[in-house]
Amino acid sequence: MSIKSFREALNEALRQEMERDHRVVLMGEDIRGGNGGSAGEVEAYGGVLGVTKGLWSRFGSSRVIDTPITESALLGMAAGSAVTGLRPVADLMFMDFFGVSHDMLYNQAAKFRYMFGGKARTPLVVRGMIGAGYGAGAQHSQSPYNIFATTPGLKVVVPSSPYDAKGLLIQAIRDDDPVVFCEHKTLYKMEGEVPDEPYTIPFGTARYTREGNDVTIIALAAMVHQANMAADKLAAEGISVEVVDPRTISPLDEEGILESVEWTGRVVIVDESAARVGFAHDVAALIASKGFRSLKAPIELVTPPHTPVPFAPSLEQAWLPNATRIEAAVRKVLEA
Amino acid sequence: MLEKHGLLKAYRKMREIREFEERLHVENATGEIPGFIHLYTGQEAIAVGICEHLTDRDYIGSTHRGHGHCIAKGCDLNGMMAEIYGKETGLCRGKGGSMHIADLERGMLGANAIVGGAPPLAVGAALSAKTLETGGVAVSFTGDGGSNQGLVFEAMNMAVVLQLPVIFVFENNGYGEGTGHDYAVGSRDIAGRAAGFGLPAVKVDGTDFFAVHEAMAEAVSRARNGGGPSVIEAVAMRWHGHFEGDPMLYRVAGEVTGLRANSDPLVLFLERVEGLVPQEDFDAVDREVALAIDEAIAKARAANPPAVDQLFTDVYVSY
Repeated sequence: MSIKSFREALNEALRQEMERDHRVVLMGEDIRGGNGGSAGEVEAYGGVLGVTKGLWSRFGSSRVIDTPITESALLGMAAGSAVTGLRPVADLMFMDFFGVSHDMLYNQAAKFRYMFGGKARTPLVVRGMIGAGYGAGAQHSQSPYNIFATTPGLKVVVPSSPYDAKGLLIQAIRDDDPVVFCEHKTLYKMEGEVPDEPYTIPFGTARYTREGNDVTIIALAAMVHQANMAADKLAAEGISVEVVDPRTISPLDEEGILESVEWTGRVVIVDESAARVGFAHDVAALIASKGFRSLKAPIELVTPPHTPVPFAPSLEQAWLPNATRIEAAVRKVLEA
Repeated sequence: MLEKHGLLKAYRKMREIREFEERLHVENATGEIPGFIHLYTGQEAIAVGICEHLTDRDYIGSTHRGHGHCIAKGCDLNGMMAEIYGKETGLCRGKGGSMHIADLERGMLGANAIVGGAPPLAVGAALSAKTLETGGVAVSFTGDGGSNQGLVFEAMNMAVVLQLPVIFVFENNGYGEGTGHDYAVGSRDIAGRAAGFGLPAVKVDGTDFFAVHEAMAEAVSRARNGGGPSVIEAVAMRWHGHFEGDPMLYRVAGEVTGLRANSDPLVLFLERVEGLVPQEDFDAVDREVALAIDEAIAKARAANPPAVDQLFTDVYVSY
């Protein structure tokens, strides 16, 4: 066990799985970098945020494959190679770019197994950044995990800590279904205890990052930390908050969520994906239909407004859910 | 040039496709077949000329007009027919249908209802072959309509950049749905445009089995020997509509009659091999194939539909 960053945890997961299984290959734009051009540094990037740094030096060009900036061909190559024997990890860079490539995931990889009567396995992972708060603007800041989770056949992972990042990525690579792995870009520098050896975290198991009696907060990725901050502040006033991090939203740990709701009877759901038809709305519907009798107050949702992500920091901070808004939502469900 | 055995084998495949499709044209009118089907008649020499060079370790990706590719790649006729009828005995257990027939054991990666869907997947199959050193190659079939799709361009570029063993076959059958290729393909030259991606691209007569077979011999040899990707544009007009039921108002009267009279790939094949194989051998193939298709239809009609509990299976390996 040692202290590692979220980024280092991901890098270690990739390296260990590539060492374990020769079928695991990485592909994406600039996951190595430095190909062609005036022949500067040979591994110039290692991914735009350095997640794959050092892997090309270790495994070479046949396993760490730099691609052109053509996301359809990238995900198509991942889908086609996964169904014929490889276990590709495709780096989409920013998850927003699913917009130019989604057919290969949505109509192809996700449906192979069902359309082909159970005869196909498509073990691929699509990694990509999500999240606002970086000043990256409307096309590099979204969290479209809700869109992926609507598609039967896809699994969707949204980790919030270095420990979870490593264990869930190894699970994703070993999983025989297509997995969309969403990395919140404000978490890469976050540090935490991460075992050196490989380990997996089963999908569909929520983690309680705070235990409490009065209110349940359900949150993902960066929002888990905002929820924890709110919970810690409220604890000083004697308000006991439980924070549930589902970690994967497809599959979703329904029992883990409903158990907490049954215990507290009051719910706040925090979601960076969408003001409408998002993860929060899905979980609210789950609780309303299966946990209604436990509820002591209406469910409160903390989401962005129904607008694109703005650029100016003043607007972006107003757009993002945060600890202050979560705290206000907790007080509201307590008053109801 | 193929010997007698090879000629008879190729002819049988083309006859199977012809009989399969022409019988579907008739049977579809009974209303027993769910959804819609797209027939391959008129293009038989392309699928067979290409796939005669392939074995089960090689992969193909197909189109919505995929029956011919499936047959040429060795998919079971009974399993295909049952799939088209939506029965539990279908190759995909009734969950795919005409536009999603797949058989991975035969290297058939699926018919594909997304226009231009196959080339990126074939690039992936070629990456598997190269990385795992199977010696296999991958082939994508795409129509003239699909040839204009952006992801097809991306796939060709990727294959050139990574030097993958893949052959992109463009079947120019004259129409993308109800729009002529001479309108929708801006350059009016699919092979010429493809060559701009930096790979060898040839254009052949798709009604001429031997022309297709020869072009594929060169492309597959290049792919198997590490020479990278190729493009083959094969031109052969389709005889039927975009889908069964399409009244083909976009075609002039007599166009299809002319094709049937003058551009029948099977007739052209028989003319070329006259004297090399006794006609009675071909006649015997015709009779056997007709019986096989009769049997496939009878079995498909008699088979059970999938049980309703099958609705929920096969979404995930585990969930």
